[in-house]
Amino acid sequence: MPDSTHHTVPYRTYALILVLLLVLTGISVAVTQIELTKWSTLVALLLAGIKTSLVMAIFMHLKFDQRIFRVMAILIILLLGVVMVVTFLDYLFR
Amino acid sequence: MSEPATLHHNHRDDTASKLGMWLFIFTELLLFGGLFVVYSVYRYLHSQAFHLAARELDVFTGTLNTVILLVSSMTVAMSTTAIRKKDKRTTLLLIAVTLVLAAVFLVNKYFEWGGKISHGLYPGSSILDELGKGDTLFFGLYFFMTGLHALHIIVGMVVLGFMFVFVWKDKITHDNFQQLENGGLYWHLVDVIWIFLFPLFYLIT
Amino acid sequence: MTASPEKKSYKSFLEEDGGRKGIFKWILSTDHKRIGLLYLYSMMAWFIIGVTLGLLMKLELIAPGETLMGPQSYNATFTVHGVIMIFLIVIPGLPAVFGNFMLPIQIGARDVAFPRLNLLSWYIYVLGSILVIASLFGNGAPDTGWTFYAPYSFRTGTNMLPAALGAFVLGFSSILTGLNFIVTIHRMRAPGMTWLKMPLFPWTLYGTAWIQLLATPIVGITLLMVAGERILNIGFFDPAKGGDPILYQHLFWIYSHPAVYIMILPAMGAVSEIIPTFARKTIFGYRAIVISTLAIAFVGYFVWGHHMFTAGMSGTALFAFSILTFLVAIPSAVKVFNWIATMHKGSIFTEVPFQWAASFIFVFMVGGLTGLVLGALATNVHVHDTHFVVAHFHFIVFGGTGFAFFGALHYWFPKIFGRMYDRSWAQTGWIFFFLGFLTLYGPMFYLGIKGMPRRYFDYLEEFHGGNIISSLGALVMVTGFVIILINLVKSARHGEKAPANPWGGTNLEWRIPSPPPVENFEEIPVIDKATYKFD
Repeated sequence: MPDSTHHTVPYRTYALILVLLLVLTGISVAVTQIELTKWSTLVALLLAGIKTSLVMAIFMHLKFDQRIFRVMAILIILLLGVVMVVTFLDYLFR
Repeated sequence: MSEPATLHHNHRDDTASKLGMWLFIFTELLLFGGLFVVYSVYRYLHSQAFHLAARELDVFTGTLNTVILLVSSMTVAMSTTAIRKKDKRTTLLLIAVTLVLAAVFLVNKYFEWGGKISHGLYPGSSILDELGKGDTLFFGLYFFMTGLHALHIIVGMVVLGFMFVFVWKDKITHDNFQQLENGGLYWHLVDVIWIFLFPLFYLIT
Repeated sequence: MTASPEKKSYKSFLEEDGGRKGIFKWILSTDHKRIGLLYLYSMMAWFIIGVTLGLLMKLELIAPGETLMGPQSYNATFTVHGVIMIFLIVIPGLPAVFGNFMLPIQIGARDVAFPRLNLLSWYIYVLGSILVIASLFGNGAPDTGWTFYAPYSFRTGTNMLPAALGAFVLGFSSILTGLNFIVTIHRMRAPGMTWLKMPLFPWTLYGTAWIQLLATPIVGITLLMVAGERILNIGFFDPAKGGDPILYQHLFWIYSHPAVYIMILPAMGAVSEIIPTFARKTIFGYRAIVISTLAIAFVGYFVWGHHMFTAGMSGTALFAFSILTFLVAIPSAVKVFNWIATMHKGSIFTEVPFQWAASFIFVFMVGGLTGLVLGALATNVHVHDTHFVVAHFHFIVFGGTGFAFFGALHYWFPKIFGRMYDRSWAQTGWIFFFLGFLTLYGPMFYLGIKGMPRRYFDYLEEFHGGNIISSLGALVMVTGFVIILINLVKSARHGEKAPANPWGGTNLEWRIPSPPPVENFEEIPVIDKATYKFD
């Protein structure tokens, strides 16, 4: 069964993504060093989310794979999010 | 994947193998997900103490380890390109670089942990008991989560070590490299988890 | 495609030994059918131990005061009974035994996607069960209850660590089985078998596999944290160190409630196989059953808090979990209506598997409806931690999963072993079992409402009557179990030869000879019509 995903990603793409990831890391370190108090947590997590999406889409080939892999990955992350929210229904309102 | 495949069971099915790997990655995500739930709850309950305790961690070491893991993630991703291009030498080189970077990460971690422990900051220590509940939980989570992550690094190194041997012995080749891809996927998972651990422990000060 | 069963020109999986001898024919074989039977045999051995422990508890409760054992032994007995029954029997239960055996056959494949991984799962299962056994020796058997609630679980002097680690290891086995099934269903369905032509048992296995995959890691990490508490004294769940014991309950039930659906979904799948066959009628509302299966798997993930209504959660959480719990009753009820509608105007013939399936529907309905009593906040406070709860979950977990397991066993037995069991003995066993079951657990509802708490070796004199009836019921049920077991064991060796399709079923497993050939199909079948079509 020939796998439709035998798509060769050029080295340059990977290198470019790495540069992006490093820049994002730099930004998140910089942002949290200047105390934005409440917002620094949010910004740091947002940046972590973007970095994760980059790693999953390019390094882990989700962008080039069949759709089912993307669908599954997104649903699993949503599931985790919902579990978090439901748990906090308890702690936020105690 | 909408149409069912007709396969004899000793026939190779790369997509099945990849799907299996992804499913395993999902379970790993949920495993750490449970810990992230615990982290969030305790951070919410003891936000001030977490805020102060996080300052004990060295941002520079954390950033360095982040950079190391990101680069290693790229090298392992590149190795899957190299094998497709039938470039065995580069493939081996890239896997080897990944392994070296992983080892450097662990050495860093070792010194970092050692420093904390020598300051009396370890689970069950009397200093932590004096510092209070928030610090106890912060360092408990720090050791537990980074420890579990380090364990995954070690497992990932073993997996990639096998991949190195397989490429060396031509068991993984340009037309049969799903195992290498799967090993790479596992390594990226380890990276993804660190991407979240880093801000949660080092940056949120 | 249809092999003629009369002329025996094939080698059945029981005859193929792969060049190995004795026990190695079994423990080294990667044949999904042999692995299914390995699970069946190991589980039956555990079941006998679990039933014995349960019987000992009922005998202790036959009269107030200490009859057979004191408080510590009683605590250990219900803990080990729970751990064995939950983690070693009902969670792997139908997927590991009948899923392994029937899934590849029902979807027209020669094996699961990863046969070696499949065998590995069984070895991990054995390792986990050894750990559970190990907890019985040393400092005394664990006395925490199967839920290992913190903070008691890391303060007790008993041997709870091996039991918790055993549960952790068993989780791995469960995850790998689930992973294997999902890949198998995605990749190995026979040509023409679209998702909506797949039989319902594989469908329920698919839903189950996702829960196994996504819920088990949470309990894995939780049990690791408890181990961390015990060994390193970290303080995650220790209120003295800032930890929150209720968070332990959250994490534990995030897994253990979906685990209930791991238990019941495949049971529903098996019943959905049995009923159309014996009603000679296409299943009513195939799509509704498929959708309700997925809905149960999904909604079931978010109802865990109803185990903690009295633990001290916020009012908002109580409210949300109660509503979600009621929601999950809808797809369950959809299934019950579908089964009954399938039987309506069918030409039913009441063979033993059908009797099990019909009694399943009855006990499942009792269990489900009493579940609503527990899901409602106000009544829950009244009956929480009483025998009412014990009765409710035994009606679901034992009455539901257990009855479906025996139904499936009697349904597929001729296919698996190629021999038929003695039907009249099987029926006698069922009657004893069913009546014994109702007598055993029925009075517990009454006792619970009257206020008899669970997990005590002793009780007040006013509860005596109900407990006597219950204990007698236990004896009747065990008698039934012994009859069933002896009948099946004897028939597997000496029963008369079974034809390929003794019940007139329509799915793929009935189109191959009994017992199935090593490779299941000479030629992979091509599916061109919907499932459950009777001519």
